[in-house]
Amino acid sequence: MSSQDHPPRHLRDFDDAAPGEEELNQREPIGGLGGYVIGFALAILLTAASFATVQTDLIYGPAVVSALVVLAIGQMGVHLVFFLHLTTGPDNTNNVLALAFGVFIVVLVVLGSIWIMWNLDYNMMRMHEVPLL
Amino acid sequence: MSEATTGALPSDISARSGTHDPYRIGRPHDGLHGHGSEATGHGEGGPASRFVITAYGFWIFLLSDIIIFSAFFASYAVLSRATAGGPTAPELFELPSVAVQTGLLLTSSFTSGLSSLATHRRDMAWTQIWLLTSGLLGAGFLLLEVQEFTAMIGEGAGPTRSAFLSSFFALVGCHGLHVGLGLLWLGTMMAQLWVKGFRADIRRRLHCFNLFWHALDIVWIAIFSLVYLLGVSS
Amino acid sequence: MLGKLDWSAIPFEEPIPLIAALVVFLGMVGVAAWITWKGWWGYLWREWITSVDHKRIGIMYVTLAALMLLRGFVDAIMMRTHQAATLFGEGYLPSDHYDQVFSAHGTIMIFFAAMPFIIGLMNFVVPLQLGVRDVAFPTLNSVGFWLTATGALLVNLSLVIGEFARTGWLPYAPLSELEYSPGVGVDYYLWAIQISGVGTLLTGVNLVTTILKMRAPGMGYLRMPIFCWTALASNLLIVAAFPILTATLAMLTLDRYFGFHFFTNEAGGNPMMFVNLIWAWGHPEVYILVLPAFGLFSEIFSTFSSKPLFGYRSMVAATLFICIVSFMVWLHHFFTMGAGPNVNAAFGIATSVIAVGTGVKIYNWLFTMYGGRIRFDTPMLWALGFITTFTIGGMTGVLLAVPAADFVLHNSMFLVAHFHNVIISGVLFGAFAGFTYWFPKAFGFRLHEGWGKAAFWFTLAGFILVFAPLYLVGLQGMTRRLQSVPVDAWAPYLLVALAGIGVMMLGAACQVIQLFVSIRRREELRDLTGDPWDGRSLEWSTPSPPPDFNFARLPHVEDEEPYWTIKQRAIEGQPPEAPESYEPVEMPKNSPTGFVTAFFATAIGFALIWHIWWLALIGAIGAYGTFVVFAWRDEAEYEIPASEVQRIDRARLEARRTWHERREAVG
Repeated sequence: MSSQDHPPRHLRDFDDAAPGEEELNQREPIGGLGGYVIGFALAILLTAASFATVQTDLIYGPAVVSALVVLAIGQMGVHLVFFLHLTTGPDNTNNVLALAFGVFIVVLVVLGSIWIMWNLDYNMMRMHEVPLL
Repeated sequence: MSEATTGALPSDISARSGTHDPYRIGRPHDGLHGHGSEATGHGEGGPASRFVITAYGFWIFLLSDIIIFSAFFASYAVLSRATAGGPTAPELFELPSVAVQTGLLLTSSFTSGLSSLATHRRDMAWTQIWLLTSGLLGAGFLLLEVQEFTAMIGEGAGPTRSAFLSSFFALVGCHGLHVGLGLLWLGTMMAQLWVKGFRADIRRRLHCFNLFWHALDIVWIAIFSLVYLLGVSS
Repeated sequence: MLGKLDWSAIPFEEPIPLIAALVVFLGMVGVAAWITWKGWWGYLWREWITSVDHKRIGIMYVTLAALMLLRGFVDAIMMRTHQAATLFGEGYLPSDHYDQVFSAHGTIMIFFAAMPFIIGLMNFVVPLQLGVRDVAFPTLNSVGFWLTATGALLVNLSLVIGEFARTGWLPYAPLSELEYSPGVGVDYYLWAIQISGVGTLLTGVNLVTTILKMRAPGMGYLRMPIFCWTALASNLLIVAAFPILTATLAMLTLDRYFGFHFFTNEAGGNPMMFVNLIWAWGHPEVYILVLPAFGLFSEIFSTFSSKPLFGYRSMVAATLFICIVSFMVWLHHFFTMGAGPNVNAAFGIATSVIAVGTGVKIYNWLFTMYGGRIRFDTPMLWALGFITTFTIGGMTGVLLAVPAADFVLHNSMFLVAHFHNVIISGVLFGAFAGFTYWFPKAFGFRLHEGWGKAAFWFTLAGFILVFAPLYLVGLQGMTRRLQSVPVDAWAPYLLVALAGIGVMMLGAACQVIQLFVSIRRREELRDLTGDPWDGRSLEWSTPSPPPDFNFARLPHVEDEEPYWTIKQRAIEGQPPEAPESYEPVEMPKNSPTGFVTAFFATAIGFALIWHIWWLALIGAIGAYGTFVVFAWRDEAEYEIPASEVQRIDRARLEARRTWHERREAVG
């Protein structure tokens, strides 16, 4: 069993960061309180933009879907970087790879199901069709 | 070659005689010693610290949780038009309430981050204050959501009315259930923190809670964008 | 008060389940009486039930799996004998019974025999091979095991209280909806699988974290034994796929309990969605089962050919390739549902492509054996039986991957023969091989070779006799799950299959006899050094059985096959030396958390099945309370003093030195 929880500073391994850990990150854009405040502000902006996309006519109609998706992905990125301290440094490789694997599965399950079910509904002449995003 | 009494045969073939492959996959090394990265965990430095192990295990669990949500999302995507002649999304969703819910959850995510900063400083008072704030904001979110559900059921737009409503209630309800269980966890942990102080295992758990809380907000981003906003705009 | 539960739930008028339940009950009472007479309850509670040691938990998993394997095998015997009987008459199983038998057979075999067996082997071996003391989360490991046991208990309870599902092992909607399955059968299935699914997910998280974050110093990813790579891939699949199962079964539960309309025929529900989502889990599930078996066979081919594994890096690449692509093929389970040629073609191509990964592995195994000095001990026999029969089963799989062919063969006995072919030769032979291979490490004595070889030959012959005719009769048009088969043209095939099941019964009997004989003759089969097979990886450097802490000092690894290097150096005159000093070792404390959690989970499951809401609430409160009690404890570890560590390690080194001296004296 690992006998240390956090080894003393001078023995700490700077090449293996826990997910969400802030102290050791090698390429953290901005740490501490500033990081959280900036992340919060960006998230509010992106949320407002998403609502505005739907409630006003700023975005061309058929592009609303894409705009919502892009804004959502952007805000998820803000959360991952500023709140969860995920970086591209070698100490975060395990964390990023795990996330990438999860995202891969999510994309496969959601998009795969939509594609398959749309085809099934079309061929089986169901009354309510899956909306093709 | 001799045979040992146990019947095992020594062999002169081993991986070692295959020796060093200059083209081996992995980080570049100096060829002489064949060292990889000295890092713990992902490198050759031995087992990682317990904090890293616990946080990483929880990270993997969170990914599995996100995949549960993705299955509910897939169902919602497939069934969102199956309104069975009943109420549709534009008729039901009230954006002002959704906006307030989003604000509450986002702010509670921010305050939980502030509590983690306070934990770094070992500041008991501010850790508890920010945790309490996160909890109250989360409870506010949940209250509004329950009100929304109750109103919809009262209008005859409950989960048994159509497949669209079933998938909506299940997806958003699953998220709400996670928030509720998170609040239960938070309350238990605040009590534990108060009694036992900033012990190492309690700090690990606080960290896991923060990961959980941020992840719930990330899932909510997908929900308010693709369920509420997209539903209203169609 | 008791929801839907009343006396009519017990099948007083049905002799078969009643007698079976009575036999099991008497057996359990007998075992309990024997344990009481021997005074073993304290020992069992302290050393096994509350144990958080990965080795003990692994052994308990395998024990559970072996028992459930027997139960599932009995279901198989019933199906073969009943179908053969219907060639001449009515058979002895009415339809609603027969449906429960094949549903229980599949459910038990996949969820409670194959999964626990593989998970048990991974649990036991992976920390030893990685050179560490335990998995990342030992108490969670115990919780995972006991939740799996809860699921097994619930499924077996359905035999005597109520009924089981009649839907097949995957409860397709709308047959599984309340309208067409109003009884408790599907509910038993749902709660048993959901509860044990939580346990499996915990195992997945545990082993992924262990493999990625806890290895002996010097063991980079590319120096891990191949079994650990396949365990990693399998557990990544568990973490990724089981949530889909959880969500889909939850949707069906919502339909049944609260009147939701996910998969109903009315109000916009889409039954095809169930099939889609459940197979998005179902296909990765079979790779979860077979990948560790592949890794195990890699170890066995290498050890018993006295050669390192050929093409280690390509094996790693093939494993990861299979892991990723296994998520891209799931539609091949429902080509005939009507998604159309584009979708079918895409998934058909992906299915054919995934076979490439396995092909790479098979060639690497062949090249491992080529030029080696092969020993035909029992584990190697299972491996050779695997590589021949699995290749055939895999080829029939590629045949089924062609959508046009699948339109003819879907849900025929050809399909049944295919998946039994790959699962039995892959997972079951792998389980038996691993069981024989690592048994000495777990218990300190080997299994009797003669009975082991007999078990292998009977099982292999019986397996071929059962399933080869089923391929042929499937090509002739026989579909699966038939309660009555009064077709004269198929009689010869079904009778050969019947004979085959009899031969397999002999094989099973040999396995059981092997165990009894080995225990009785354990002194002459004793493994004195910890290395009975001339192994190559780190688990063989420990004594048999290993001490609680596995390694007195974590080994320093410098290349692949670290234990082989240690042995070669010893032969060349540099035996391993005792360290000058030993340090005390901290180990996690045992805990009743797992067992108590499972107790409340059983209460919750049973209560929800029978709609006894107050009991479910009590169970939930109890489970939460257990969690709080566990979280509140102050002492999580205990210390093994340095003197004890030294004593054990010195004994180990002494045994090794004696063995080396004896080898040199002989040679």
